[in-house]
Amino acid sequence: MPLAIEFDFGAVQHFLFNAQIRHGAWVTIQVAVIAQALGILLGGVFALMRISRNPVARFVAGLYVWFFRGTPALLQLFILYFGLPQLINNQTFTNELTAYRAAILAFAVNEGSYMTEIVRAGILSVESGQMDAAKSLGMTQLQAMRHIVLPQALRVVVPPTGNEFIAMLKNTSLASTIGLIELLGASRLIYSVNFKFMELLATAAIWYLAFTTAFSILQAELERVLAAGERERAQTLFSRMIDLMGGRRGT
Amino acid sequence: MNEGPMVRVIDAHKRYGRLEVLRGVSLDVQRGEVVVLLGPSGSGKTTLLRCLNHLEPLNSGRIYVDGELVGYRERNGRLVEDREPEIARKRAAIGMVFQRFNLFPHLTALGNVTAAPVRVKKMPRKEAEEMGRRLLEKVGLAAKVDGYPSQLSGGQQQRVAIARALAMEPKLMLFDEPTSALDPELVGEVLDVMKALAKDGMTMIVVTHEMGFAREVASRAVFMDEGVIVEEGTPAQLLQDPQQERTKAFLSRIL
Repeated sequence: MPLAIEFDFGAVQHFLFNAQIRHGAWVTIQVAVIAQALGILLGGVFALMRISRNPVARFVAGLYVWFFRGTPALLQLFILYFGLPQLINNQTFTNELTAYRAAILAFAVNEGSYMTEIVRAGILSVESGQMDAAKSLGMTQLQAMRHIVLPQALRVVVPPTGNEFIAMLKNTSLASTIGLIELLGASRLIYSVNFKFMELLATAAIWYLAFTTAFSILQAELERVLAAGERERAQTLFSRMIDLMGGRRGT
Repeated sequence: MNEGPMVRVIDAHKRYGRLEVLRGVSLDVQRGEVVVLLGPSGSGKTTLLRCLNHLEPLNSGRIYVDGELVGYRERNGRLVEDREPEIARKRAAIGMVFQRFNLFPHLTALGNVTAAPVRVKKMPRKEAEEMGRRLLEKVGLAAKVDGYPSQLSGGQQQRVAIARALAMEPKLMLFDEPTSALDPELVGEVLDVMKALAKDGMTMIVVTHEMGFAREVASRAVFMDEGVIVEEGTPAQLLQDPQQERTKAFLSRIL
């Protein structure tokens, strides 16, 4: 039997910059960036709680990580979007909770649980002598944390956070299941009418790859800037390309 | 405030769980005095230093620096631990130099020296940098102002650490085995800076095994063992004619 491959390259070209796809891509970026930013914020707060001397704070933060890291993001999204309106049963609440907002909220809270562990590991990676030295100079715990410990923790935190953001960019596609027209949602809308499945999935893939590639370049640059004070600072175009191909520069 | 000893330690006790590290230490250090703390490891020297600026809280006893109770205030005859800003304020007047330098690796030498004046004293950056350059020059590192700690030798790092502590204009300097982590050929440059500091009249408490430094610079040597002060005197007395068996045993091991 002859193998017949039917793939319309022209359609990919046509849909790549289609208004609906472009809009979907824009929604994907918005949800990913806002949710990641909120997730980092949440992670910072809960990480400080996890290492605090206050047992209640430690417990609450532990519980948070346990639940949101221990259940699927899709389940959390459904709980927020379908479950909560049933529980709260208030028309204004249900109306205000658009798919867009629910996606941002759910992904932020989910991301926060991972970021808690990443930030905590970052803080613990800084030698305790740094805190001693800062305190001996008259800094308060908060000043020492902000000016001495966190900037050093950042170097450890940035690489895994970059991974998190790349995962976030892709996971936003889960929100197509609650009717958000993001990148994948827009492709699905179109292929459900014209049946060019592969062409539209390829279109979406190209956009995701463009986003993750652009971000990887940005991240390599950020890591280079943060490496101030480290012995090896030389970063050539070549080593950056190795980064992009998946190798992570060891500190 | 300006009368009396610079440091007064009264019956200090410190426990870590079941281990009693300080078992009733009392010590006065006069203004301008350089006191050397000697003793085997685990004798409580480092713990005593860390209690002096309240990096470790005491279990009982009192420590006064320049007439002020460190880490606590007195309320109705009882000691209450200070709030953090107050602890920090008192610490700012006590410089500390660590065995492992503990320089801030993400800051240049100048950044290390100016961090506390800018963040704690709110000194304008320009003024802080001028002072920082002066201090780094004083410790012989004018050429390394923009170097990061990882680009400096151990001796250079420790001299930056001394300049960093001096930037807060402390009335008292604590040195916790400042040369123990250094290669032998780098010890001298750090001791020279410390000698100059002593000559300027700085009150210093130094935990060290450098007997030459003790003999030459210290006004008093204190020997600690198992959490108590066993014996003290002038360095010459203590090193050449120790009275206690434990002191003799220790000295015979290290001299």
